[in-house]
Amino acid sequence: MNVTTLKILLRKEVLLIRRNPIIPRLIVAMPILVMLIIPLVATLDVKNVGVAVVDNDRTMLSRRIITDMDASEYLSVAGCFFSYDEAFRLVERGEADAIVTIPKDYLNDLANGEKPDIDLKANGVNATKGTLGAQYATMSIAGTLSRWQAEQGISLALPQASTVNLYNPTLNFRNYMIPALMVVLLIIICGFLPALNLVSEKESGTIEAMNVTPVGRLEFVLSKLIPYWVAGILVVTVGILIGWLVYGLVPEGSIASIYLAAILFSLVMSGLGVFISNKSATILQSIFMMFAFIVVFQLMGGLFTPIASMPQWAQYITYAIPPRYFIEIMRAVYLKGATMADLWPQYAALTGFALLFCLVASLTYKKRT
Amino acid sequence: MNDIIEIQGITKRYSKLTALSQVTLSVPQGSVFGLIGPDGAGKTTLYQILTTLLNPDEGTATVAGLDVVKDFRRLRTVIGYMPEKFSLYPDLTVSENLQFFASLFGVGVNENFDLIAPIFGQLEKFPGRMAGALSGGMKQKLALSCALIHRPSVLLLDEPTTGVDAVSRSEFWDMLAQLKEKGITILVSTSYMDEAERCDRIALINKGKILDVDTPQELIKGLDKNLYNASASDMYPLLEALRRLPGVDDCYTFGATLHVATRDGFNPAEAILDLRRQGLADARIYPAKGNIEDLFIKLAKNDG
Repeated sequence: MNVTTLKILLRKEVLLIRRNPIIPRLIVAMPILVMLIIPLVATLDVKNVGVAVVDNDRTMLSRRIITDMDASEYLSVAGCFFSYDEAFRLVERGEADAIVTIPKDYLNDLANGEKPDIDLKANGVNATKGTLGAQYATMSIAGTLSRWQAEQGISLALPQASTVNLYNPTLNFRNYMIPALMVVLLIIICGFLPALNLVSEKESGTIEAMNVTPVGRLEFVLSKLIPYWVAGILVVTVGILIGWLVYGLVPEGSIASIYLAAILFSLVMSGLGVFISNKSATILQSIFMMFAFIVVFQLMGGLFTPIASMPQWAQYITYAIPPRYFIEIMRAVYLKGATMADLWPQYAALTGFALLFCLVASLTYKKRT
Repeated sequence: MNDIIEIQGITKRYSKLTALSQVTLSVPQGSVFGLIGPDGAGKTTLYQILTTLLNPDEGTATVAGLDVVKDFRRLRTVIGYMPEKFSLYPDLTVSENLQFFASLFGVGVNENFDLIAPIFGQLEKFPGRMAGALSGGMKQKLALSCALIHRPSVLLLDEPTTGVDAVSRSEFWDMLAQLKEKGITILVSTSYMDEAERCDRIALINKGKILDVDTPQELIKGLDKNLYNASASDMYPLLEALRRLPGVDDCYTFGATLHVATRDGFNPAEAILDLRRQGLADARIYPAKGNIEDLFIKLAKNDG
């Protein structure tokens, strides 16, 4: 490799990127938009779920359960009724998404050592809101009951809340999304911008003039990738800063493990980008190919839908989708404070993909036909 | 005189299409050598092989003693190539483009500036203008400057004057003559037949085959014989009538008149009478001066 040539080419690339009317703005604006807007709009985080309560018990305890639910910022008691039908009408009008029915003689039965059930019904139309609302209500009721027991100084076999969300106790969707969203930025900046850049040289014919110079293909391709690697690392830094300053989310684990994952993933995407540009003669072709990859990467990488809830065969496919590993690393480092030692299979997979894609990219790159 | 480009039996196929078939050609050092042929004749393919962008299927070629396949890396430093399509960076300025290509070859712009001075002179007025914003003629001058900045011994120009106005074309050929004076061998292709006469030697190429190679003067010698101009106010009926006349080999439009290629024994006076009988009252037939275009049509016709 000729370092002097690489420097000359890099200087030209940086000059061209700076002169491009769109790319520099995209590199600055995209991370900010993605990190500021998507966590707010693409949220599955639920607050103030309307709950209709049917109180058949009408005791001090049942009233306390209701006030505690209303006091939670995740629930709001939309109405208190004497019959299920009345409560259901509230759901039909869209004012409530869950119905909590406290049975007759609840307090009495509890005191007698029985295990009365509080009935929870969730609106399946707005599934997320309903299910989460029911979960919140379960947690709230469990809390009320345990406080009540402590005050009374008794210990009864109580129905326990079934769900405990570790690491993200309120299932705050933003905490789940922010670390993973950086994958979107790297896919575009390190994968697709250099690919477009390479294809545009083909389309404009400048590649022909370059190919008759003594410039080697390695220097040429590196000169296309290095500026975007730098941009990718900057963008991840901006993402981490926005996560901290705007959402107060700091990684539980080490920053170094985040950067290592980002660098490996950038290599994977660059390899793919160069491969796509090798296979396309025009920008339009390359955009279509990229689009196919973007759709699969974003929908199957576990960004929006958890991989664990996919059908088994689809879960096997996700092993072949590199963003999956990056998203897993980011979430584990951010939320669980996982270390590189914990995540070695993911790092190994990313390294493997990086090597594979770079190899394929260099094998398909032809200066001569 | 030494041959600086030697092409031996080059064949190149694109799946079913044979772009070049057994092309053998040598270009003497220090000459302006023209590659004349219509679109699709295989000129660009030949350039791509000579510039090491394409490997031939059969045959060998050397430029300045360097093999296009084995010595491609060194070969790239001794040639200057100007592709048919404008291939400089439109978002770099005039001087940035020149600087960029100079530094890629490891030379300073000033080192070889004497070579490009006559060409670059007109561009010096706007060094800060983006290459993409230049006029067609100026783009061509910049591209030529960039191809020359490393002082190549062979300059390969693929249809450099396509889409350039007549005055600029003539200027361009004057520039080539100056470069030849400085010892640079030039292989230039064109589909403009009138440009062929400004070359030292020309090769006529059609459908991937070389039809003939010689000096322009030698090639058109003897063409005047049996070649006539024909004109009438109704040109199309005239063309059809001439093609039916006995003793006429071929008849084709040539500028404002028709050229008629005939066999020995063709009598123009009789032909005029014949045409007038057919209602072409103002038909005229008179001897023509043959040029490369006539030769080309003749050779291409023989070739089928």
